[in-house]
Amino acid sequence: MIPELGQFSLILAFSLSILLGTVPIIGAETNNFLWMSLARPLSAGVFVFLAIALVLLAYSFVTDDFSVQIVAAQSNSLLPMRYKLTALWGGHEGSFLLWTFMLAGWMLAVSMYSKSMPTQFVARVLGVLGILCVCYILFMLATSNPFERITPLPPADGSDLNTALQDFGFIVHPPTLYMGYVGFSVVFAFAIAALLSGRLDSAWARWSRPWANAAWAILTIGIALGSWWAYYELGWGGWWAWDPVENPPLITWLLGTALIHSLAVTEKRGVFKSWTVLLAILAFAGSLLGTFITRSGLLTSVHAFASDPTRGVFILGILLLTVGGALLLYALRAPLMKSELGFTLVSREIFLLTNNVLLVVSAASIFLGTLFPMVYQALTDDLISIGPPYFNAVFVPLMIILMLFLGVGPMSRWKKTSTEYLVKQVSRVVVVSLMIGVVLPLIILLEFSLAATVCVALASWIVLTIGKDLTNKIANKASVWSGLYALPLSYVGMMLAHTGIAVMLIGAGLTSYFSLERSVLLGPGEKVEIGSYAYIFNGHEEIRGPNYVGNRANISVLKNGNEIETLFPERRIYLATGTPSTEMAIDAGFLRDLFVTLGEQKEGGAWSMTVYVKPFIRWIWLGAIFMALGGIIAAADKRYRLLRRREQENYEKKKAPSDLQVAS
Amino acid sequence: MNRLKFFAPVLFFVALGGILWRGLYLDSRTLPSMLIDKKMPEFALGTVSGEEVTNKDLPGQIFLLNVWGSYCLPCLVEHPTFMRLSEEGEIPVVGINYKDRNELAKDWLSTNGNPFTYSIQDEDGRFGIDLGVYGAPETYLVDSEGVIRYRHVSVLDEAVWQQEFLPAIAELRAESE
Repeated sequence: MIPELGQFSLILAFSLSILLGTVPIIGAETNNFLWMSLARPLSAGVFVFLAIALVLLAYSFVTDDFSVQIVAAQSNSLLPMRYKLTALWGGHEGSFLLWTFMLAGWMLAVSMYSKSMPTQFVARVLGVLGILCVCYILFMLATSNPFERITPLPPADGSDLNTALQDFGFIVHPPTLYMGYVGFSVVFAFAIAALLSGRLDSAWARWSRPWANAAWAILTIGIALGSWWAYYELGWGGWWAWDPVENPPLITWLLGTALIHSLAVTEKRGVFKSWTVLLAILAFAGSLLGTFITRSGLLTSVHAFASDPTRGVFILGILLLTVGGALLLYALRAPLMKSELGFTLVSREIFLLTNNVLLVVSAASIFLGTLFPMVYQALTDDLISIGPPYFNAVFVPLMIILMLFLGVGPMSRWKKTSTEYLVKQVSRVVVVSLMIGVVLPLIILLEFSLAATVCVALASWIVLTIGKDLTNKIANKASVWSGLYALPLSYVGMMLAHTGIAVMLIGAGLTSYFSLERSVLLGPGEKVEIGSYAYIFNGHEEIRGPNYVGNRANISVLKNGNEIETLFPERRIYLATGTPSTEMAIDAGFLRDLFVTLGEQKEGGAWSMTVYVKPFIRWIWLGAIFMALGGIIAAADKRYRLLRRREQENYEKKKAPSDLQVAS
Repeated sequence: MNRLKFFAPVLFFVALGGILWRGLYLDSRTLPSMLIDKKMPEFALGTVSGEEVTNKDLPGQIFLLNVWGSYCLPCLVEHPTFMRLSEEGEIPVVGINYKDRNELAKDWLSTNGNPFTYSIQDEDGRFGIDLGVYGAPETYLVDSEGVIRYRHVSVLDEAVWQQEFLPAIAELRAESE
């Protein structure tokens, strides 16, 4: 009964979203105030019924109702409660319900925090989001119903959640990633609303910015969580694999990064308008394409859900309808947009344009690398694979150029910056960062390495230019503190996010070039040396968990002869499926991670194992935290709220005649 | 002309959509389909009870190939179905004792009953790799020529038997007539 109620609730949400996708938009076109004002209550309605559906599905998981197909497929009675609950998003149907619920959540947030925006605009934004809801819920009801029952004979027990997913990372990574992904739908809806209204001034850019920043920040965290999870759970010590399903979030993230910068230019200077609108559409397309790739079985990958061409065709239809429709609308409306102001060759506008070009080119090249094997197969029927070498060869140089510009961009001024001024500002910084880049790695590594020098010099360059810019900003203030206090939050957010880039660069660069790894066969009491560390295998014991049995090894780690840590890697066999799985043991540290993965037991009590030393790897995720914090702080800038109110007053004034019409 | 350039994104996107659509129908070489309609891989292995078996010893009729292990709890769930099938003589069942120890497998069969014509002992999981086994339980439907025709991952209970296997078997029988 409960699953049927869930299904019923989903159908109600569908019906309400049909109203939401039509009535307010028609109301906005015909200036019918009543119709427009239905947008907010309808959004709340869609949210509530999707929430009910989600809770009821969760109930089926928690109570082990194996007559529900996805519960039988993804859960098991032995599963610990936290995984029973989250097994909900362990497969295609449940995760898509979560995805749609997230969209409704964003929609509700927009309807609540848009009181100061014109009614007509809000009606269009929520209407566009409503259309997306219609597509998504229809997709669920038609091809992937999460409440599908197994009749007449349900299985006695479920087939269990994929053992690789039974981990803390699985609890946090998918919801965060989805929330970030779906957040770009909001920015997309703002852009479409602006195109529909034909009023492409900088107001919509101002309204979009906090939403774009928030979505971007959450996506950053979502991707970082995925990378962290892959690192400690998959046990091969990698943090990024250029997997075809890892790439779409990165593509979306790069486009989103370009978008938040381009929005700034559009808001402040009223230029690049059509470009910004296009980016908003593309970032959204990136997020939908990610869904398409994961759920259609288009590409084979560790992330992919079951292959099903009918689902693929459906999502492709959604893509064509939403993104194709948006691009068509863009083609018709964009020529109306005119830049209000000019700028010269050396100006902040140009630096931001460079940023955009580099980010979009890198997103495009990752896109190409991800889809090329499929395109190639479509044309020639042969299979090829494009591995990390391609992606690294393309991505790394582009990022190095981007980071060079990242230093000067924030220092330059709008409209026109004199080259002499910039040179004067940065010449000392260039020299100092180069010195740090050469000297610091020499002290630590005791040898010269070009890779380390490039990383450290670039990171210093970013941090020092931020410092220089900051001192310029507070130089003529009464005191340092009053200067810092007077900084706008959006500026603070930018500084933090840029510092995050530097931190991540150190982490990614040094880990990629200076990690150590050895695979060995160790008997009890034997040891292996790696770098300045030694790992001693003390023996193993048998263990039994709630839904698995296995072995746990006891390994001491010594540095220069002193014991610093004991590690307990495990090898488990999950009872429900008999799948083996390794649980690596990590000693995480600010400057390095030490870890061990346990292989198989051989004759004489010896175990095969792999030991690793990963310098600075935590900095990758630390950098992501900086970036996300920066995005959130920038989104919280009070300025948007104040300006928005003034903006609305102007808008209402201009609209006066039609408002009168409504009143009569 | 100037206005036309704004149509470039949508045209590009439609072209991309066409390629993606074509891509959907390409064989993405997922594991489940790999051995469907192929002959069972060559093998020469011992059984749980100690005889040597090869492809020649396969039943000369449609049979089930069931991957099981003494460590596998869901195998107990599907076990009654296989017992019934073999007792009623509906279809022969060949077992693959997958990544298991011989003593444990023997114990398991004597405790729970043995529905298998014989069980191939695949202690190191090599044969499982050749077959593309995910894990136990897993069941293949093999025809009289030794060609794999259907694959079912996870528990084969009465419901699965009725809904998936019986129609597939009926189809095979119709084909051979």
